[in-house]
Amino acid sequence: MKAAPFAYVRPGRLDDVLGELAGGDGKVLAGGQSLVPVLAMRLGRPGTLVDITAVPELASVGPDQHGYRIGAAVRQRAVEHDPAARAVPLIGMAMPFVGHRELRSRGTVCGSLAHADPAAELPAVACCLQATVELAGPAGRRRLPAEEFVTGAMTTAACPEDVVVAVTFPHARPGEGYGFAEIARRHGDFALAGVVTRVRVGADGGVTEARLTGFGISDRAVTRDVTSLLAEHEDDLRPATAALAEDVVDTGGDTHGSTGYRRRLFGVLAARELSRALQRARDRKEGS
Amino acid sequence: MSDVVEATRTWVPSRDEDAALVTGRGAFLDDLDPLPGTLVATVVRSTRPHARLRSVDLSRARAHPGVAAVIGPEEVRAALRPFPLSTGAVMPYLPTGVDKVRFVGEPIAVVVASDRYVAEDAAELVAVEYEELGAVTAARAALEPDAPLLHEDAGSNVATDRTFSFGPVEERFRDAAHVVTGRYDFPRYSSVPMECYSVIAQWLEGDGGPSVECWANFHGPFSMVPVMAGALGIPTSRVRLHVPADIGGSFGIKAGIYPYVVLMALASKHAGTPVRWAEDRVEHLMASSTGADRAMTFSAAVDADGTVTALRTDLIDNVGAYLRPPEPSTLYRCYGNITGPYRIDAVEIRARAVVTNTMPTGLNRGFGGQQLYFGLERLMDAVAAATGLDVVEVRRRNLVSAFPHETATGGVYDSGDYAAALDLVVKNADLAELERRREAARAAGAFYGIGTALVVDPSGTNIGYVGLATPAEERKPGRDKSGSTEHVRMSVDLQGIVTVLLGSVPQGQGHATVARKVAAQRLGLPLEQVRVVVDMDTATTPWTVTSGSYSSRFAPLVTSAVVAAADTIAATVKAAGATLLEGADPGELTLLDGKVVHPDGRAVAFRHAAGVVHWDPASLPDGVPARLYAEAEFSPRETRAATADDRINSSLCYGFVAEIVAVRIDPDTLEITVDRVSSVHDAGTVLDQTLLDGQVYGALVHGLGGAAYEEFTHADSGQPTAATFLDYLCPTSAEAGFDLRTDHVVTPSPLTPLGAKGCGEGSSMSFPVAYANAVADALAPHGIEITRLPLHGEVLHRLLTEKENS
Repeated sequence: MKAAPFAYVRPGRLDDVLGELAGGDGKVLAGGQSLVPVLAMRLGRPGTLVDITAVPELASVGPDQHGYRIGAAVRQRAVEHDPAARAVPLIGMAMPFVGHRELRSRGTVCGSLAHADPAAELPAVACCLQATVELAGPAGRRRLPAEEFVTGAMTTAACPEDVVVAVTFPHARPGEGYGFAEIARRHGDFALAGVVTRVRVGADGGVTEARLTGFGISDRAVTRDVTSLLAEHEDDLRPATAALAEDVVDTGGDTHGSTGYRRRLFGVLAARELSRALQRARDRKEGS
Repeated sequence: MSDVVEATRTWVPSRDEDAALVTGRGAFLDDLDPLPGTLVATVVRSTRPHARLRSVDLSRARAHPGVAAVIGPEEVRAALRPFPLSTGAVMPYLPTGVDKVRFVGEPIAVVVASDRYVAEDAAELVAVEYEELGAVTAARAALEPDAPLLHEDAGSNVATDRTFSFGPVEERFRDAAHVVTGRYDFPRYSSVPMECYSVIAQWLEGDGGPSVECWANFHGPFSMVPVMAGALGIPTSRVRLHVPADIGGSFGIKAGIYPYVVLMALASKHAGTPVRWAEDRVEHLMASSTGADRAMTFSAAVDADGTVTALRTDLIDNVGAYLRPPEPSTLYRCYGNITGPYRIDAVEIRARAVVTNTMPTGLNRGFGGQQLYFGLERLMDAVAAATGLDVVEVRRRNLVSAFPHETATGGVYDSGDYAAALDLVVKNADLAELERRREAARAAGAFYGIGTALVVDPSGTNIGYVGLATPAEERKPGRDKSGSTEHVRMSVDLQGIVTVLLGSVPQGQGHATVARKVAAQRLGLPLEQVRVVVDMDTATTPWTVTSGSYSSRFAPLVTSAVVAAADTIAATVKAAGATLLEGADPGELTLLDGKVVHPDGRAVAFRHAAGVVHWDPASLPDGVPARLYAEAEFSPRETRAATADDRINSSLCYGFVAEIVAVRIDPDTLEITVDRVSSVHDAGTVLDQTLLDGQVYGALVHGLGGAAYEEFTHADSGQPTAATFLDYLCPTSAEAGFDLRTDHVVTPSPLTPLGAKGCGEGSSMSFPVAYANAVADALAPHGIEITRLPLHGEVLHRLLTEKENS
């Protein structure tokens, strides 16, 4: 379990990062919590590791006009501790489930997105909230909705010469409530099934918008607009979410969770977390 | 301000070992560099579960810069003999595959290089051409007539097959009011020590022939030292093995390291330098060692009142690709206590071990006990169901109540009060309250279950049980094996400081803490006057074949040897003290508070008396040795060789565990949550409460691993599917936060001077089945039967879905 030979560089400027990545044989190293084991097991053999943690621009985190923006070198633990992150309640709800505290002290939010594990929490939160991923590459900068950024299991719209610069999560809006839950074999494991929910209610408390993202259940996080499902079945969601599970859960399954069990979990969690989000949305509306 | 308070707070470690360990001053094998110029090895391993080796080309690896030597099947075949096996099975076992490979991870070649990175770069250049063969990974499948044959010369995958019968089994079954039968499967899991295998080996050529000096985090049984020497073709005296004082856990798993010691010795011979190899986690989970999985059938003949009158067992252990010694011991370790805590005097046992295309098995905390009791205690629940009795009541009716108790198979239970332990575990569990919780849950359509397990916990293994794998008529006269001997050396220096030399090769248990306490108490000394040195060097430390740390032997055996050594020292110190106390008879002196005390109140310091032996030996009376070194053994005669009718007392001591586990199951997600555990242990005299509690917690969570999380699984192709920590899931502190109530009953063993029995394995044996019984109880109203582990949401989903579809 020792990595094959590779070169290591740690540029101080984003342009130099892009320069090192030009040619496509480089790999971005941020927190390394997924990449380093891959290297140690020789499942990946990049020619050059491009450590981005010395680029000041990538280390910034905080609110801007679009929402809460997290630079590519920002550790998950820093976000967990940042009071400004409370403007995006789902981050605080999901973060305790991202690995263990030790992993979060090294792992980065953008690294989790770029790794695109289908059972990971943060890509699912990003999809549910319609977060925006900023990329820099040879052709300049571009911004992609999270749902377009993740293109499949461990694959994204980023090219080998691109680097993720930041992700921006929109701030919570009035009348919104959220839900997050996952089932894993043990605390800190990747989810067998998980759901993220975002529900918005109108002045009368009626559902105006509901989004649900499932993870651990397909080759990527799967997001559905469930506004009418929630509005029509608010009092008895289980049959509707069970039907939804048949539709969205298509992972092959393994010894920890078959497709059937993951459907069961998804159906249960979807119903629970839609109800919870709806309740919170109504509570917040009344509280405001 | 609070920082200052924190910084000045004093921490008192509960064990002598802890301060060094938590401040990074442990000396594990990888911290040691005893031989300058040592090179680093990596092992090239089979990627196929079963294949003929068409060719192994080492040339490119040998040419790689930085490589000192590469050895493969040719070198192994030329230099090594197969390891001597415990039975006559024609299943030759060498440290690498030579003609075939029989499991994924089996060594094929070793690369020795300047560092591990270079070694792994070169290892990729070893070209292996496989001719793939069909693979079999499960015990029952390996018995099928068309199963792939692992060892062609054996003609079968059965490595050993013996049947034993004691008492009127046939009649009892014929006359029984109920015959209750269950078919059960126990899974394959390990202990996953924090430190993996580590070896340093040096091949030396001398005038008297070759010899090997090696270091390994091996913990016995030291009967494996002659096994190593046998493979190397040199006398045992020419293998010098050092074991570092610190080992990062084992729980039995590191007993399987010895083939690598032999392999690295051969690599050193070819490299011309000492070689070190540190196993990494991927290697460890693929190819080190694991507990055996077992397929079994248990039948009970039961009277109308619930008395079990006879037991039939059919045990099939999956020992992996080879019958690696000390296997097939998983079958026999609990032979003398195969009827558990019950008075069953008619027993029939069929004991088989089969080979499959999986990692070889061996010792694993509880060794044989978790497998046995999974069958026996699931069966007792079935007996309860068949008779309409409560699961606690049916057990109570069958308990052994008089001691010593001789079992049908030859075990002699030395002491116990099983009924008292059962009463206590019920009381501590607040069983009535748990039953109310169950009732409330069921009324609400939820799942809640309560499981019970009672197990006899053997300690101080009698190595003689290995003989049972060979039919009595084939055992050679004069070549019997028996015993559970341990040795200790103790000395007193000229300032009266006592040193205990332990060759007990601990892996974190805290042997030094307890040995120090026992020696100090026995010699009437303050703890400060006693120190313990942990060191095993087969050239200088007293040892014998049974030496080692396994079968919970420290408390019953090693501490008994400490007592014997202390008594020898005490006699000399008293004799010396008598020369200072005019007119005193050594026989009337006692050792107390660091002094040699006369009944009339006069006293001299222990250090003064000891000083006399060193400084003024001429003053000692004739017959008193001028020597404050004592080597003592504890070698109980109760552990004799197997008899001609195949009975054996397979352990010296038999402790007891009574355990109740309550689980709550989410009816929607089917997640299982342990609600409460009540566990009562009888380990005889308690030598150290903190360490005993630690053993109970550790064994229990190990059992939880096997019950709910850990399993070495395989794809149909034979490829392991739980070969990293992503899939092989060990419970962590987050999974162990349940309501745990532990307690003790103390019935001292009459066979050990302190009355202590072993205590390191009890709940490893009881928890898996208690958990299974609880889950079975929770799902019983839904017609679900539980016959295997592990149990978690996915498994319950499958069982419930099958039930709905049937």
